[in-house]
Parts: sequence; structure tokens; C-alpha cells
Amino acid sequence: MLNDFLILMKSEWVITLIIFLLLFIKIGKGMKNESLLSLIQVLLLLNAVAGFFFNKEGSLFDGMFYTSSLIAFQKAILSLGVYLISLVCADWLKKSQHLPEFFILMLSALLGMFLMISSGNLLIFYLALELATIPVAAMANFDLNKKISSEAAMKMILSSAFSSGILLFGISLVYGATGTISFTAIPQLLDGSPLQILAFVFLFTAFAFKLSIVPFHFWTADVYEGSPIATTSFLSVISKGSVAFIFISTLYKVFQPMHDVWYNMLVILAIATMLIGNLFALRQQNIKRFLAFSSIAQVGFILVGISSNTDAGLTSVVYFVLIYVFSNLAAFGVASAISEKTSKENIDDYKGLYKTNPFLCWIMALALFSLAGIPPTAGFFGKLFLITAGAAKASYMFITFAALNMIISLYYYLRVVRAMFMDKNDNPIEKIKTSKSVSLGLIICATGIVLVGLLSWVYEYIQSLGS
Amino acid sequence: MNLLLLILIPLLTSVALLLTRNNAQVKWIALAGSAVQLVMAFVLLFAFNSQRAGGDTEQMLFQQHYKWFPAWRIGFHIGVDGISVAMVLLTAFVVIAGVLVSWNVQKMTKEFYFLLILLSLGAYGFFISLDLFVLFFFLEIAVIPKYLLIGIWGSGKKEYSANKLALLLMGGSALVLIGMLGLYFSAGQDRSFDLLQLAQLNIPVTAQHIIFPLLFVGFGVFTALFPFHTWVPDGHSSAPTAGSMFLAGISMKLGGYGCLRVATYLLPEGAKEYADIIIVLSAIAILYGAFATMMQKDLKYINAYSSVSHCGFVLLGIGMLTKTAITGAVMQMVSHGLMTALFFAVIGIIYERTHTRQVNEMGGLMKVMPFTTTVLFIVGLCSLGLPGLSGFVAEMTVFMGSWENADMFHRVATVTACMSIVVTAVYILRAIGSVAMGPLKNEAFSQIKDANWNEKLAAVILVAGILAIGIAPSWLNDLIRPGAEIIMNKVSGK
Repeated sequence: MLNDFLILMKSEWVITLIIFLLLFIKIGKGMKNESLLSLIQVLLLLNAVAGFFFNKEGSLFDGMFYTSSLIAFQKAILSLGVYLISLVCADWLKKSQHLPEFFILMLSALLGMFLMISSGNLLIFYLALELATIPVAAMANFDLNKKISSEAAMKMILSSAFSSGILLFGISLVYGATGTISFTAIPQLLDGSPLQILAFVFLFTAFAFKLSIVPFHFWTADVYEGSPIATTSFLSVISKGSVAFIFISTLYKVFQPMHDVWYNMLVILAIATMLIGNLFALRQQNIKRFLAFSSIAQVGFILVGISSNTDAGLTSVVYFVLIYVFSNLAAFGVASAISEKTSKENIDDYKGLYKTNPFLCWIMALALFSLAGIPPTAGFFGKLFLITAGAAKASYMFITFAALNMIISLYYYLRVVRAMFMDKNDNPIEKIKTSKSVSLGLIICATGIVLVGLLSWVYEYIQSLGS
Repeated sequence: MNLLLLILIPLLTSVALLLTRNNAQVKWIALAGSAVQLVMAFVLLFAFNSQRAGGDTEQMLFQQHYKWFPAWRIGFHIGVDGISVAMVLLTAFVVIAGVLVSWNVQKMTKEFYFLLILLSLGAYGFFISLDLFVLFFFLEIAVIPKYLLIGIWGSGKKEYSANKLALLLMGGSALVLIGMLGLYFSAGQDRSFDLLQLAQLNIPVTAQHIIFPLLFVGFGVFTALFPFHTWVPDGHSSAPTAGSMFLAGISMKLGGYGCLRVATYLLPEGAKEYADIIIVLSAIAILYGAFATMMQKDLKYINAYSSVSHCGFVLLGIGMLTKTAITGAVMQMVSHGLMTALFFAVIGIIYERTHTRQVNEMGGLMKVMPFTTTVLFIVGLCSLGLPGLSGFVAEMTVFMGSWENADMFHRVATVTACMSIVVTAVYILRAIGSVAMGPLKNEAFSQIKDANWNEKLAAVILVAGILAIGIAPSWLNDLIRPGAEIIMNKVSGK
């Protein structure tokens, strides 16, 4: 029993231990930022690597906590993402006055996400979701001398509170309609009555808020723009990824009997999300806002994959999130390196960047091509599999729409490439000397972008975990 | 012969290019890499011919199959028939010529050659792949290098042209993607991306009628199918010399090959249904391209619009659906690839010295650059279809194949397309005449020197290709014909 308790929850234990360690360091004598950051990086690396091994299937606490090798893999992806954030944003983190607090908050949110993915019951799901959200609002406020940062935190907390309210209402309706909140018991009690559909719509809305699915996306751009880049990348990669994981498993397992209902909702919302995300991204100047809208559009693609309602859909969503971690963190890493040294965040500032910073430019281009789905980057495979999975069920129109959206998205990704490589600029941003950990993080991301696609066993491995 | 070499050599070359620190070595590495490519292409040709002569009648030779995403029934399946060998040969010729004429690129030399080689990698992979997914993968690999080549090293309104090209080609690939998925799912339980397996299936006629236009238009965008040809003039005229050569010589052929190998071969019922529309569109492209060329003053625009016209013959041949016409279409792809690459190379050589591409600002260049203008004459005559050069052979084959269709519609279309030759003669002779003949228009031109060794070598290689097809066309014909027969047998249901 104790063994199970330790092994099944091992990812959660490790994170908790790190949090406490940081807490002790903070209240103790404290450490220099540089050495503390190196320590954190090592711990997070160990955590990420450990996440891939010794994964068992099982449940605890009367089914409130459930884990399997696929869920453990999903957690490992998120841990890997946090490790990469600690690398690519190192230059900003080093200067932070409250480094331990930042990581305590981030890891608490990560712990919340782990519990959320593993939750087997709506109550623990709700608690975990809150744990995954509230620390992030505090992280959004971490540019302490910038007003825009507090504004972002305020917007984040208000919109989260709102969506939590909706979620709670949905949960109570589910309980009213079925008499249970356990994920395993709900499916048998679903009969598609109007009350159940209403309850489902409320739950769905709460997910849509967290995933910034159109029309629940309004908080995204402002929060992304105002927050420090480390927080923005955490929000856009880790937070999105974890909600996508629990979203897909809720739909596929708990609400499977109602798949006709959610299939239609997904199709409409996927179309709206891709289109609005893409169209708004076209005109953004700030790179963070730009990536915010691009991430909305990416979520639209994830919905295409989810809509397939097959194992292939599940596998391709997990695969896509893995790729998305590498691609988006590479893009944010470059943006962070530039913004940290020059505090420039506009696409126009990137003009002529290639002359002075070829390395950063190639990484950024690789990341953007991956986001746009251009081979040989992994994004090509990720997007193609999502679309193929969606096509198994969907109409031609839906798939055509998704494919056309890839063209729109290519247009704006190329805008950045064009600014960096083609546009002339007499005083481009000067040569930026990135620290070793930033370079290491960017190289890991670039390697991931290239290899995860070309090596097909990664996909097969995820598939074998799912079946 | 191991076909993987065709992918590995460009890959290794590009890695070597990335690792070099010395700019002077870069071009030698690229040249060595492309020379090996050319040798490999010839080895492939001889190995293929000897295998066939040995009585091996399998449709695709040198096949290799590797596992790649088996969950989706994708396989890294490669193999060649005569058509692919011809295209590989064309690619190798254009690549080495393109590397040679870019000898003087100063700006970001390493990146330039890297992108050129990457583009060639995409083309080789495309021509040898027997799996739709792999084919699509390589098709898209070739898009971004083109964008960057035009946008960074181009001239004129390069950003506009680069964007237009990238977006239109991506649009084309999006259509190909949808068509490809349609094929995949219409195969029912035996769904697969494998070309040879798909060819064995009986895809429902209604599905063929939906999927064929998607695939054909998608690939057609690459090969300047009217009315999706608008990226051609802008893209070609803004691109650097080697970029234009690759675009017109290789990239446009990806489309023609795809129309033939994927759309027509896999969806014969669809091809029959839409053949008339293809013929009308290609006849329009042929005539429209020719007349539009007459109005151009810029040498690059002249060649770009004439490419629209010449590529029309490729699609016309495919639309005619006879063995000879399809053979002619492939021959036209090879011939036009060599010819247009040579034409762009010559334009580049002239432009580098006179700093103008306007026909009316040049004159009498024969006196100062005899070698270059001679090549210009050869390529011009090839373009207007002089017997003895490749253009004549290819277009003649297309016409002969078209004439096999005896009804009124096809006859009219054939005659209409034939008439473009007259227009071609007018614009080619006029342009070349005013560039090469007469007195020197500009005093400054008297100082210019003829082509360098590298440019001469590039021209000689391409002229050799043109002559090899023009004088002895039978080897190419014999190479292509069996492949065309298999496609036609599928269409006529044998």
C-alpha cells in the first residue's frame, strides 16, 4: 500500500519535495541567484528525466487519483517544459529579486496540473485546477515595477474566478443530474437529458476558458503581453498542454456517451478558434501578443485532432503537445533573450536581426516553421496527424478549412522571418550574448523540433502507452 | 543502385556546408556535392537501363521500404521508373549549373548554397518517393528554401514576390493534402499512403471526381496551371539567377510530375472526367503565356511568361491522355527544365555585366560576349522549337500524341496550341535580335568581358543536355515510354 502510494504519486512527491526545499532555502540563509538557479535547473532536469521511468498504472483514494503510463508521460512532458523554461528564461530569472518564490509558485501550479491530469473525480479536479491557476496569476505579476504586469495578473485572476464559477456550477449540475461526481460512474448515468447537456456545456465552457478557445479567449492576449516572458511561456505551453490533456481524457472517457453533442461543438469552436486566432495574429506588432494569438490558433488545431474521438486522436494530441512544447519554448526563448537585453518586443525591432544574431534567428525561424507546420520540422508531422485524425470522422469542408488556415498562419509566421532575414535596417539590435543555459535550452528545443518528427518511434512510443 | 544515396548526398553536402567556417570552401563543397549528384544520376540511368535490358519488367525498380509511422500506414517507400529517372537526371543537371553560375554570390554565401542544396534534396526525394506522405513531405521541404532564396538574395519587389510564391505554393500543397487524405480514406479498410497499393485499389468513381480536381489543381499551382500561374512571373523575375533556374527548372516540374504520377495515375476516372477542362486551361495558358511574353521588355519576364506557355504543353500532354502525349509531356518537362535553366543562366550572366535586363537598353552584345550570345541563340532556338534541339522533340511528341485523338475538340485544341509556336518565334527572335545584334547601344558595354570559366561550364553542361535530347531523342523516349504506358493502361482500364 505504502509502496503504491509512493510510486504512483512519484511525480507529485518529487515536485512537493522541490517546493519544500526551495522554501527552506528561502527562509534559511538564502543563496545567490546564480547558484540557486543552477540548483533548480539540475533538480528540474532530474525530475523531467525521472518522469519517463517506473510508471505504473493504478488508482488511489477510492479512485480519486488515477494514473497510467500515458498520464505519467503527459506529466513528464510538462516537467520537461518547465525544465526548458528554467533554461531559456535564465537571463531574466537570474535578475529576479524573488527567484525562489517564482519557482515555488510555478512548481505549485505544476503540482496542480499533475493532480488535475490524474484526477478521477470532479471535486479533486476542481481543486487541482484552482491550484494550477492561482499561482500563475501571482507569476503574471512578477515584473514588479511594470504596471502592465499587475494589470495582466488582475485580468488573469478575474477571468479565472469567473470560469471557476462556471465550472462549479457545471459540477453541481452534473451532480444534480447524475448523483455522482466520480469519473468512472458518470458515463453509465449519462442519457443525454437536457439538464445533462446543460451541465456539460458549463463544464465545457470552463475548459474553453483555460484553453482560450474562441469566444472565451479575450483574456489571453492581454495577460500574455503583460506578464514576464517566463510566465507567458509557462501559460502558453505548460498550462495549455495540461488542460488539453485533461480535456481530451474527460471527453473521451467521461462524456463518451454524449459524443454527438460535443463533436458538433468541437467542430464549430475549432473553426472559430483557428480563424479568429489566425486573423488576429495577422496584425499584431508585439511578439508576445503575436504568439498569444498564434497559440489560440494552435489550440484550434488541437480541437481538430480531439474531434476524431479515436485512439489516434488521443495519440496525436499528446504528440502535438510534445512538439508544441519545443517549438513554442524556442520562440519564447528567443523573444526572451532579446527582450531581456534590449527590452524590445516588437516584430519591427527584429528587422535586420540576422546580421547581428544569426543563431537566434535560425532558432526562431525553425520554431516558427514548426508552428506553421513546414517540414522537416516536427510541427509538420504534428499538424498533419491532427488533421488526418480529424479527417477520419469529419467532413471535407472541415478539413479543407483546417488546411486553408495553415496558409493564413504561414503568412504571419513568415512576417517575422521576413523581418529577421530580409528587411533592411541600419541599426539592428546589437549582438546579444546569451548565457550558457539559454543557449543550451534553445539547442535542446531545436533538436527536439528536428528529431521528434523525423524519428517515428516517438509517435509509436506514445501510441503504445495509450493502448 | 541504392536510391537513398540521392537523398543522402544532398543531406551530407548541406551538413558539410553548415559546418564550414571558411567562405571560400563553401562553393567548392557545393560544387563537389552537386558533381557527385550528377554522377549518381548517370549511374542511376545506366543501372536502370541495364536492369531493364536484363529483362526486369517490374514497374518500379530499386525499391526500398522502411518503416515510418506505421500507425498511419505510412512507409518510407522509394523506387523509380523511367519517368522518375528522367526527372532525377534533369534535377542533377540544373543543380550543378545553378551552383556554377552562383560562383560570385557575396552575400551570405554559406546560407545561399545551403538553401540551394536543400531545395535539390526536396526535389530528389519528391521524384523517387512512392508513398504519398513522403512525397508530400518532400514537396513542402522545397517551399521554404525558395521563399528565402527570393526574399534574401532577390532583386526588385522581392518580398512581395517571395510572399506570393510561398503562399500560393502552400495553397497548392493544402489542396494536395486534402486530396491525399481523400485518397487515404476512400480506400476504406485498406487505407494506405502507398502509391503502388493505392493504384491497385478501385477507388469509387464519385470519390475520384471529387479528389482529382483537388490534387490536379494543387499540383497544377506548382506548374503554372492557368489561372494559378501568377506567382511565376513575379517569382522568377525577383529571384537570384540560381533561384530562377531552380524554380523554373526543377520546382515547376514537381507540379507536372505530381499531376501525372499522383492525380492521373491514381485517379484515372477523374482524369477522364476533367480532361477537357485541363485541355482548355492549358491551351489558354499556352496562348496567353505566349502573347503576354510579346509585351515584355524585361528578359526575365520574357522567360517567365514563356515558361507559363511552355509548361502549358506539359499539362496539355497530360490532358490528352494518350501514351505519346504523356511521353511528350514528360519530355517537355525535361526539355523545358534544361532550356529555361539555361536561359536564366544566360540572363544572369548578361545582367551581371550590363546591370540591366531591359531588352531595349541592350544591343550588339554579340561583339563583346560572343560565347554568351551564342548560347542565348541556342536556347532561343530551342525555345521556338528548332529541330535538332530538345524543344522541338518534346513539343512535337506532344502534338503527335494530341493528334491521336481524332475528334473535333481535341483537333481544335491541338491546332490552337500549335499556333503559339509562331508567337514564340516572334518574341524570341525579336528579343534575341535586339540583345545580340546591331551596334553596341551603350559605350560602357565595350568594356565588358565574356562569361567566366564557371559560367561557361554551366552553359556547356546544359547545352549538352539540350543537344543530347535534340539530336538523339530515342534514349529519352525509350526511358519514359514504359512508364507512360503503365499510366495510360490504368486510364484506359487495361
